[in-house]
Amino acid sequence: MNQPQDNVLIDVIDVWKSFDDLHVLTGVSMQVHKGSSDVILGRSGIGKSVLLKSIVGLLVPERGSIEVMGKQVMGMKPGELNDLRKHIGYVFQYAALYDSLSVRENLEFPLRKHTDADDEEIGERVMEQLRLVGLEEVVDRMPAQLSGGMKKRIGLARAIITRPDLVLYDEPTAGLDPITAREISELILNLEEQFGITSITVTHDLECARVIANRIYILETGAFQVQGTFEELKRASDPTTKAFFQVMA
Amino acid sequence: MSESNISYRAMMMRRIRSSMEQVYAITMFGLRFFRYVLVPPYEWGQVRKHLDDLGAKSIPLLTIVGLIMGLILALQTRPTLDRFGAGGFLPAMLALTIVRELGPVITALIVAGRVSSGIGAEVGSMKVTEQIDALEVSGVDPFNYLVVTRVVACSLILPLLTAYVDFLGIFGGYLAEWISYDSSMQLYFTEVLQSLEFNDIIPGVGKTIAFGYIIGIIGAYQGFNTTRGTEGVGRAATTAVVLASLNIIFLDMIIIQLTLLLLGSGS
Repeated sequence: MNQPQDNVLIDVIDVWKSFDDLHVLTGVSMQVHKGSSDVILGRSGIGKSVLLKSIVGLLVPERGSIEVMGKQVMGMKPGELNDLRKHIGYVFQYAALYDSLSVRENLEFPLRKHTDADDEEIGERVMEQLRLVGLEEVVDRMPAQLSGGMKKRIGLARAIITRPDLVLYDEPTAGLDPITAREISELILNLEEQFGITSITVTHDLECARVIANRIYILETGAFQVQGTFEELKRASDPTTKAFFQVMA
Repeated sequence: MSESNISYRAMMMRRIRSSMEQVYAITMFGLRFFRYVLVPPYEWGQVRKHLDDLGAKSIPLLTIVGLIMGLILALQTRPTLDRFGAGGFLPAMLALTIVRELGPVITALIVAGRVSSGIGAEVGSMKVTEQIDALEVSGVDPFNYLVVTRVVACSLILPLLTAYVDFLGIFGGYLAEWISYDSSMQLYFTEVLQSLEFNDIIPGVGKTIAFGYIIGIIGAYQGFNTTRGTEGVGRAATTAVVLASLNIIFLDMIIIQLTLLLLGSGS
């Protein structure tokens, strides 16, 4: 189904990125529409996270164009980039919680930096966020005292506490047991439905993709080889997708 | 020229070039601090936290070092001075040596060992666990939040710590005199105060602001440029101490020359 152009939140056109002689992205293009949950599937080390980091301006591609919310990210001034990032949440592969701050302080951090909310309001928001991810009891623990699954949930809570328009998930279920991974996938789905968040998720977890994806892109040899819904890709006849689904199944 | 000579020369050239590149990178990193330090947002909460972490927690170690430095200096120097009939000059000699040179340099080296490595390891571990990226994507400038705050804290706290160590060193000297010769405290400190001039105290304590800057910048630079996981964190901490200590000694040499040139050698 064709969607109107003004509904496009992220527009990636022919992006190239290399590290020395290693060509990671060789002409990647994608469009993410408002309210959509897109998933990038691919093997480890294929460049999925590189694309995600390029979208948020942590890495700078050599060629191409990346527009987020109508603004060109490549070549953007640091101040403008920081303003844009206030509308984006990012969930890191290993959560990247600030380990010198407690869970409460980790969640307070974005609110204190980017809102004028008073202490009481911030406190309520933190507890509300913890209720959403089912972890009210860990509010005063330090990140080192949390399990992998708990860290992911807190990372998720921190990413969406400012109610961003867009959330980028980098391997949200990596390193988790299948049950916890399933819980995290369902949590992502619930939060996206509840707050109308647009998202891109990078993963190699097919089950996670099945639960949350509206549209799936398969990244192979530096570019998207195939894209479609989960059911479309499941029936795809091209060898890459077929092999991918068979192995993952 | 033989093939091995050529490859040796090529290797040396590569190493020299890599060292020069690192010097350039640290210099640019250090200059970046001045571009940020006066521009908002000011992270005073972080500066206060680091003043406590980096400064106040160094006090127990510096107390021991300061006292023992004064004690040893007095015990070692007294017999030599006595041989020339100059034992009475000990308080003045101790005060000048400690305030002009030993106090600032020893304090800076001790703080470099404790703090520079700590900054390198902490920032390095934040780098490899993507916490610096997390700061960046949450719209906070990591350089301002992590580097500027630590360098400001180091530069503010080091003069205070140096004054503290200076006092303890001189007091340690008195303890040695009191134990060995039952010296009068009033007489000892009167001589100390009479021997010290403005030109001795200000350059001595003032140069520690620069030492604090070096400790903070080198620690943060090593942390910010950490690669290769936990192994890299260890390397960042070690390199930070070595480079900070070398730079402190090198800078001290330059400051001594400048001080002598501008203020004279003193009496």
